[in-house]
Amino acid sequence: MSTSTPLDEKTLAELHEIAARYPEKRSGLLPMLHLVQSVQGRVTPEGIEACAEILGLSAADVSGVATFYTMYKRHAVGDYHVGVCTNTLCAVMGGDEIFARLKDHLDVGNDETTEDGKITLEHVECNAACDYAPVVMVNWEFMDNMTPESAVAMVDDLRAGNEVRSTRGPRVCTWREAERVLAGFPDGRADEGPCRRSGQPGRAAGRA
Amino acid sequence: MSGAPTLTPVLTDMWDVDRSWTLAAYEAKGGYRALDRAFAMAPDDVIAAVKDSGLRGRGGAGFPTGMKWSFIPQDNPKPKYLVVNADESEPGTCKDIPLMMGNPHVLVEGVIISSYAIRAHKAFIYIRGEVLHVIRRVQAAVEEAYAAGHLGKDIHGSGYDLDVVVHAGAGAYICGEETALLEGLEGRRGQPRLRPPFPAVAGLYASPTVINNVESIASVPSIVGNGADWFASMGTEKSKGFGIFSLSGHVTRPGQYEAPLGVTLRELLDLAGGVRKGHELKFWTPGGSSTPLLTAEHLDIPLDFEAVGAAGSMLGTRALQVFDETVCVVRAVLRWTEFYKHESCGKCTPCREGTWWLVQVLTRLERGEGTEADLDLLLDQCENILGRAFCALGDGATSPITSSIQYFRDEYLAHLTNGGCPFDPARSTAWAGEEVMA
Repeated sequence: MSTSTPLDEKTLAELHEIAARYPEKRSGLLPMLHLVQSVQGRVTPEGIEACAEILGLSAADVSGVATFYTMYKRHAVGDYHVGVCTNTLCAVMGGDEIFARLKDHLDVGNDETTEDGKITLEHVECNAACDYAPVVMVNWEFMDNMTPESAVAMVDDLRAGNEVRSTRGPRVCTWREAERVLAGFPDGRADEGPCRRSGQPGRAAGRA
Repeated sequence: MSGAPTLTPVLTDMWDVDRSWTLAAYEAKGGYRALDRAFAMAPDDVIAAVKDSGLRGRGGAGFPTGMKWSFIPQDNPKPKYLVVNADESEPGTCKDIPLMMGNPHVLVEGVIISSYAIRAHKAFIYIRGEVLHVIRRVQAAVEEAYAAGHLGKDIHGSGYDLDVVVHAGAGAYICGEETALLEGLEGRRGQPRLRPPFPAVAGLYASPTVINNVESIASVPSIVGNGADWFASMGTEKSKGFGIFSLSGHVTRPGQYEAPLGVTLRELLDLAGGVRKGHELKFWTPGGSSTPLLTAEHLDIPLDFEAVGAAGSMLGTRALQVFDETVCVVRAVLRWTEFYKHESCGKCTPCREGTWWLVQVLTRLERGEGTEADLDLLLDQCENILGRAFCALGDGATSPITSSIQYFRDEYLAHLTNGGCPFDPARSTAWAGEEVMA
């Protein structure tokens, strides 16, 4: 979880590459900050300076953007970001209980990381999976229909290095690997996982 | 299932096909054929077809899509842009995200036809960042479409060129507001812009820009492929066509139900197996948390733009969040209000300060520490936000509060007489039934 990984030539080249995708290079800033996080585990002062330099902005401008969006972190995130939805519907369906259980089990508060650097716990807002409530996101992959027990088992597996699969997606990768995909560098895993959970009736607009 | 309404699986039709997200699966179902039909038409005729279909924006506001396209000033020498709003974040809404997961190519085909109609050669799909696998699927679909000649130069030999960029957001509900989304796409803080000028005149990079919701754009291939009349034959007089209704909460089979606009919640609940066993409907949202709550007395209201509006709410994103009698409405509303406070972008005072005060007063009430006068205070605060905020976020924040006080004033008062919440939250959980039985 070292944050000292410097932004090497390859990363700087990729930052330029992102900016070049757009008619005006500043449009690249959001994905560029995702790339910074994928390399350094957070938005570092060095990353802010690098983005500012490439885009011809001040570091203050870039900081202003980086601090606006909730996915950008100024402190180091663990290998696995566990986001428990506690917006109303998921909260009511059990998200509040799941979040309380995980805080207790992991001995961390909101937006804190376990001592082994494995897991950062956070409560998140509605993630557009309400039909599978309560929902937990791991590195922004869906973990559907969770219970306090299944959530505890899942974080234990993550900490032990066991394979954890999204209920509607692939094997969970690390947070840094996920951030790289968000920066627009696909990892070739789009075909993993189903489109929806099997055995769930009433889906696909149930043919009448 | 007698008496049940006919569902209209169009966008969701292939979700249960093996590897439904791939180009091969989409083409096997006739995908990318509407594209040739569009290329055989003049761009203005495509716009006319979408106008004639009666398609209205599926992102909540319901503005006629074809009309929006026709506002693009074609004599403006600047490049035109299409931007897809895939920032689905309205609490309770789960339609665009599963659609892009299961059938990203219908969106890509819609992007190509729509861009052709407005004469854009660059399009952007702005997807909220918190849905990694959905982003993978859309990235892969765009890549496949390029390789198959559906994107890039001289598409299908038409002479038309289009490039598409998949752009991941970074966590901000406000970016669902179209001008805030443009700010985000330009690499800025996602704060809404003053209108006019509207994006059609000065949008992305101050150029003419169409911004449409995922479902709106994804509906275009079927309209071009089957004809405007086919689309307009479904739905109600002023709310044509079909839409994805997402049911969540205390229903037996939650999920996405694609049906003609005008279907009722009672009919949808019939299809979804009803409210969870042993419980009854208490309140629901027709279109996410920003649309005023409705109750069991509204079960038979046609879910179209007009009828839901006449009932004092809004169709919104057709996000039907269903809550049974175990749920405390004050707890539900407080949590939504905390959400609006958290997501307020800070640009305007009524929303930034107002949502903060709403949380203070609601928290006090929820704990049973307030007084009855706090209800009037809340309504007064709402009045000072509604219509005075810079964008619809502030207005939306007031919806759950004013509607819940309208329908459940006694429940607020019960918190005061009870010295706290009279409900047991454990009874509302997804696993509550099992525990009670055991």
